[in-house]
Amino acid sequence: MRYIPNTPPTRQAMLQDIGLSKLDDLFNIIPQDIRYTSSLQIPEGKSEYRLLQELEAKAAQNYSQNHFLGAGAYKRYIPTAIAPLVSRAEFLTSYTPYQPELCQGSLMAMFEFQSLLSSLTGMDVANASMYEGASAMAEAVLMAKRIYPQGKIVLYSQGLHPEYIQTMETYTLFQDIEFIPISLDKTGKTDLAALKQAVTKETLCSITPMINFNGVIEDYHLHADLLEGTKAVSIAVLTDMSSLGIIEAPGKFGFDIFVGEGQSLGLPLSYGGPYLGIFACKQAYIRRMPGRIVGKAKDVDGNDAFCLILATREQHIRREKATSNICSNQTLCAIWVTVYLSLLGKLGLQKLARLNMANATYLKKQCKTIQGISLRYGDSSFYNEFVIECKNKLAQAILNVMLQDNIIGGVALSRFDSNDTNAILVSVTEVNSKEEMDKFVLSLQKAVA
Amino acid sequence: MNVRDNLLYTKTHEWLLFQEDGQATLGITDYAQSELGDIIFVDVPDVGDTIESEESLGSIESVKAVSDMELPFSVTITEFNDALQDAPQSVNSSPYDDGWIMKIKVSEDVKNDLLTPDQYKELIGS
Amino acid sequence: MENKAIQSQGKQGLILEEPFLFEQSLPDSIGVVLPESEVDEIDIESALPSALIRKDIPQFPMLSEQQVVRHFTRLSTWNYSVDGGFYPLGSCTMKYNPKLNEVVANMSGFADIHPYLPDEKVQGILSILWDLEQYLQEISGLDAVSLQPAAGSHGELLGILLMRNYHKQNGDSHRNTILVTASAHGTNPSSAAMGGYKVKSLPILSNGLTNLQALQESMTEEIAGLMITNPSTCGLFEADIVAICKIVHEKGGLVYFDGANMNALLGKARPGDMGADILHFNTHKTFATPHGGGGPGAGPIAVVAKLKPYLPTPHIVKTNESFKLEYNVDQSIGKVRSFYGNIGVLLRAYTYIRTLGASGLEEVAENAVLNARYLAHKLQDTFHMPFTTPCMHEVLLTDEKQTEQGITTMDIAKALLDEGFHPPTVYFPLVVKAAMLIEPTETESKQTIDLFIAALHKIIKQDHNVLASLPTKTKVKRVDEVSASRTPCYTWYC
Repeated sequence: MRYIPNTPPTRQAMLQDIGLSKLDDLFNIIPQDIRYTSSLQIPEGKSEYRLLQELEAKAAQNYSQNHFLGAGAYKRYIPTAIAPLVSRAEFLTSYTPYQPELCQGSLMAMFEFQSLLSSLTGMDVANASMYEGASAMAEAVLMAKRIYPQGKIVLYSQGLHPEYIQTMETYTLFQDIEFIPISLDKTGKTDLAALKQAVTKETLCSITPMINFNGVIEDYHLHADLLEGTKAVSIAVLTDMSSLGIIEAPGKFGFDIFVGEGQSLGLPLSYGGPYLGIFACKQAYIRRMPGRIVGKAKDVDGNDAFCLILATREQHIRREKATSNICSNQTLCAIWVTVYLSLLGKLGLQKLARLNMANATYLKKQCKTIQGISLRYGDSSFYNEFVIECKNKLAQAILNVMLQDNIIGGVALSRFDSNDTNAILVSVTEVNSKEEMDKFVLSLQKAVA
Repeated sequence: MNVRDNLLYTKTHEWLLFQEDGQATLGITDYAQSELGDIIFVDVPDVGDTIESEESLGSIESVKAVSDMELPFSVTITEFNDALQDAPQSVNSSPYDDGWIMKIKVSEDVKNDLLTPDQYKELIGS
Repeated sequence: MENKAIQSQGKQGLILEEPFLFEQSLPDSIGVVLPESEVDEIDIESALPSALIRKDIPQFPMLSEQQVVRHFTRLSTWNYSVDGGFYPLGSCTMKYNPKLNEVVANMSGFADIHPYLPDEKVQGILSILWDLEQYLQEISGLDAVSLQPAAGSHGELLGILLMRNYHKQNGDSHRNTILVTASAHGTNPSSAAMGGYKVKSLPILSNGLTNLQALQESMTEEIAGLMITNPSTCGLFEADIVAICKIVHEKGGLVYFDGANMNALLGKARPGDMGADILHFNTHKTFATPHGGGGPGAGPIAVVAKLKPYLPTPHIVKTNESFKLEYNVDQSIGKVRSFYGNIGVLLRAYTYIRTLGASGLEEVAENAVLNARYLAHKLQDTFHMPFTTPCMHEVLLTDEKQTEQGITTMDIAKALLDEGFHPPTVYFPLVVKAAMLIEPTETESKQTIDLFIAALHKIIKQDHNVLASLPTKTKVKRVDEVSASRTPCYTWYC
């Protein structure tokens, strides 16, 4: 086996040293009745050449062209400079930075990640990453419970990503937590009057999207204020973080916790993962936070250095009383995003956000002209996603017709709500050209007719 | 290890100094601070909270360890040593004086639930 | 003949200083050209409510591509890596991460596919994921697999939620406590607590193994199950594992098997055959996916048949020769994340399994244990070994024989840095005092292990006061973690 450097004669010599005659003897300490003596039903190993041939063929079976899918995962232009940097073995094949002297590179990159995210979100402190957006939101609820243990009821907007809601419900299945969904109003925004009315002393937290699942930009500058006078924790959620180049930072409006999906900052789609959970909060709550945090330090000679800080929150020290069980996080994805944000910089981010909005505005306008198509919440502000409806045809049927033109036209919302049969969530990003959008319109026209 | 004769102790390494009105000052022992190492943070509940016996009265954190404070009886918290927020290292340098942690009120006579200085010395083998 | 390439370790390199990104920022710099657009520009004032228009991103840097490339390249040189040298972290399994796996995960047909594509447009990846599920079932000896957890501890949480749900379905909601062996990883008790359970620690015997009598006595009606790691974090195989599982099962509990050390068992023994009900894999420990400085990982779990209906949605289903994602699973506990798992990481694990095949996987276990046993043999006279049972894939030592000279585990760890080695895992497991847990893995040569042994022997002959001032050859010297945590600074403008 090519990954094992010891040759059979070396192995034999080592065996002899320890007083055994064959490799299998090493396992004599396992009782015979539970030794696995047959061969695993797994194909025999393949050469690199043949395996690459096979897997390239498998890869070719997947659709990797541009499309109009979003709903929590966004196709971004990924600058080519990122992969060679992040693939450097020093980042890729190093361990968690528990020995700070040997990993100042990863530590400084993580520190810069935290700094960039803090600047981008306007929150005081961002941690060094969670798994992805949905589980980060669930962790935010658990953190709220640590901040306000007497709180019981989670008020969440129905404009959140359905899979985020499901994940939160699973995480808290056996906690003393109840849920009250807050519906959307006629404009497609979270019904703030209903939210305000639902707030009581028992409210643990409110969770509201900044841009919701229908693509509508919420009046999120008003959300946190609705909890005033209570101890409830306000949580903001954002799935496409590129929007922060154009819409105001959540930190400006008093949110206690912000969670986001960092895939939207230049990570490959990779069929759903690995992505990046962004988790940021007010400084006052830093000791209630889950996950690793990198801090600035000095070495014994007084030189600047970095190390993990406030580790007593974490599982390897606090065990069952830890703020979370998270151990492995998404460090390499966070470094990827750090490089992405460095390349774009302030100007790039602002341009990127305008570009997304301009492209989506164009396509939305075109859709509006198609007979048989109407826009859901068409008058509300939006970023790069919107919902189209077709009264006479099932959304899935329309998408299937468009598929024949090799256009992946969006996500049928029936995927998440079987009663919502006629709606398609369309996403447009900077990668979609005018030509692609015009083809989309022609194909949609045909499918509706 | 320094064990003072005018204090009472717990098996979990807290010390208590009783006043006549049932109030007491609480801290952690010299032994406890040396086992924990450099203390970076003292986490405490709110003033006015009543903490049941063997529930956590807060925790003392060093870089790589955490120790919860607890007592074998219920108490109400009346005051914290606010100076520890900025200078938690006082718990290391002066565990019985500047490094006191909180003042508590005890409703009944609990002295029999505590260790004498000699009993505590025996516990830590000093 | 000595291999000179291997001997050239532990010399100080050209260590370059590098300021923060924001300190290098120049107004109007940009490191990308975004895709051209032929549509009209947006009129922000009319498109957004004025309260929500962002005017500035304060302190956000502006840099050219060249600056960014140099910055991160310089940072990378401050890292130690397993591509660069021996990384004997016990229980973390830092083994060689094959390059082929990177190439596969980065293929456009895998990296550029959206999770909500229609099933017929992703048959390639679905067939791979389905195959991977079959392989993991086979390796674990269990009946069903979910690939969704993003890391081992995420798998633990899912496993605990499945356990709790199982008891609830059986009307056994009174079970409110999980037993965790004292030598367990910290993730075990904290995952149990996140699942809403109380945690009770189970002591070990003086030989390092689980105390069966204590287990028997602890297995009351309140116990939902046991979390056990086998081989344990002491590097020992729990020879009574069948009896242990039987005790738990007889009282209606389930056995959660922490698969962190599955690399020692590949093809040699299967948790399912021992009585495990739930197991998680750590793909980086067992299937050589890179650690990435802390992640991403993947933590697939395998379960017995009775738990299969509860696995998170969607399930991957094969009909004839096509694959689909099935969301209609009545009894599923729901979702523990969005989408389907850390696919990019799972692809690397899949490629590794396909490269090795059944016999290659067995070779992994054989050589991992051989290297550890050899290391133990060479160190047994110099260092205190708390347990005498022959080890599996990792060696547990303490500093007990060195304390008279005033040398501690921490001294040895820091001195190894100047010898050109990453230290082993130190002060874990907690069941022995001042532990050093050394895991050489199968991908290290005898020569490297011999050099490491020589370095250890050299270190313990040195004076304590000298050791206390080490390391001196690293980018920074010993870091003052105390003041870093006392007055936390977590952004570049704090």
